[in-house]
Amino acid sequence: MSDSRSLGRRVMRGAIGVAAFFAVAEGAARAGLIDSSVPRVSEVLTHAALLLVDPAFLTAVAETMTRWAVGLLLTVAVMVPAGVLLGTFSAVERALRPLIELFRPIPSIALIPLAILLLADTFLVEIAIIMYASTWPVLINTMYAVREVDPLARETMRSFGFGSGAILLRVSLPSAAPFILTGIRISASIALIVAISTELFGPGFPGLGAYLTFVQSGADGIPIVIATAMWAGVIGLVVNGVFVAAGRRLFRWHHARGGEAV
Amino acid sequence: MRRAGARLARLWIIPVAVLLWEAVTRLAQGAYFPPPSAIAAEMYTLWLSGPASRLFLTDTVSEHVWPSLGRLLRAWVEAGLIGVVLGVALGRSARLADYVDPLVQFGRAIPPPTLLPLFLALFSIGPEMQIATIIFGIVWPVLLNSIEGARYVDRLHLETATVFRLSRAQRLLRIILPEAAPKIFAGLRLSLSLALILMVISEMVGSTDGIGYSLVLALRESELPTMWAWILMLGILGLILNAILIGAERRILAWHHRERQAT
Repeated sequence: MSDSRSLGRRVMRGAIGVAAFFAVAEGAARAGLIDSSVPRVSEVLTHAALLLVDPAFLTAVAETMTRWAVGLLLTVAVMVPAGVLLGTFSAVERALRPLIELFRPIPSIALIPLAILLLADTFLVEIAIIMYASTWPVLINTMYAVREVDPLARETMRSFGFGSGAILLRVSLPSAAPFILTGIRISASIALIVAISTELFGPGFPGLGAYLTFVQSGADGIPIVIATAMWAGVIGLVVNGVFVAAGRRLFRWHHARGGEAV
Repeated sequence: MRRAGARLARLWIIPVAVLLWEAVTRLAQGAYFPPPSAIAAEMYTLWLSGPASRLFLTDTVSEHVWPSLGRLLRAWVEAGLIGVVLGVALGRSARLADYVDPLVQFGRAIPPPTLLPLFLALFSIGPEMQIATIIFGIVWPVLLNSIEGARYVDRLHLETATVFRLSRAQRLLRIILPEAAPKIFAGLRLSLSLALILMVISEMVGSTDGIGYSLVLALRESELPTMWAWILMLGILGLILNAILIGAERRILAWHHRERQAT
């Protein structure tokens, strides 16, 4: 298997690259080549390790991830059926299309002030903002995927006497599922970004954003901020990895055409 | 002409939605939902009631809209240059790409707003901090797409270039860049919409001017029509920026689309 050997080589080179980056950054900082307000790599890594036993940080992660999960689940629960509807009835899709194109470019962050006034409760505000931002990849991927289902397969089912419901369950949804999962995966990382942004926005919000605001002015503020950002990156990678792995497992039959539709 | 007319006719839902919005908000009289006519009037006084010598644009436009747009475009251009130059270099060298791949993947995974406090501390409040935040957040799509675009250049084309003894610069300009262009454009478009989001969040948290700042100010003063006006402006900006980029892409990549249709 030459594949696994080249994979081994790539992992090896990647590790060397990371180590070299750390060494160069640390060396440059020690030699005084980098402005002293930028923390050293060793400091950041120490704080990254310390964060793992910091209860305030762990609570913040739990709070952010709870809101992230609730927002994403609600989005999927509403937008996958909506996408199936729009993908099935092309007349409805054509009519609503301009509205979708009009709403999509409004940055969800811009809606935070409005949501704060309307909803008052910070939990609801965060969920609403997450839902608005993560709606589009799920909705649009579902819509396109259902529309592009092989008409021959559908007609075959119909000629065997299956009803619309059975066709939806046995043909349309299975063949659209990989693309829907891709949409959910994209939304999952957007939802994380938006969750933290909302929490950064103001007093009263919990989670990682609030934690960042809290630690930035304290002792060792900057290295802790970078360490927190690194863990947020790790969370992002893990979330993405879980979705990719789930897609590979669930849709092994499909891997040949698992492209991204957004 | 007829096609343009048909395209316009497809937009019938927009006036219907606006009328419905107007009717519902007037009936409900909710404080948080001013009718669209009130928002439109507010948009006019906010931005378009200036002197004729300045194309009717108000001071608000020059104090808050132009600075925002300037930072957005500057950050986008700088991130685009960094991303394309580094990306093409990395894409052409599989070995180099192997070394930096984990760093790039990790950099992309970090949610850019988490670094806002860092940039605030390093640059203090002001345009530099906003530009740094935007660049850090949007450079990844361009970088990754440029790497991928430059990596999968047709081998036959490169060998032909060797046969014709093209110089390295010619090879880059005539073969590698054109073939990577569709991917690069996709990356640039994604970064532009990301840039708009990061512009708003960076101005909301650390700025004394700009669209995001005006939005927060409107929230503090509970000026609902003003707030709605700024929100709509962001939507319109998103639409316009995207439309300009799609237009440019069609023009520049016309040969690419023709080729794809022909095969």
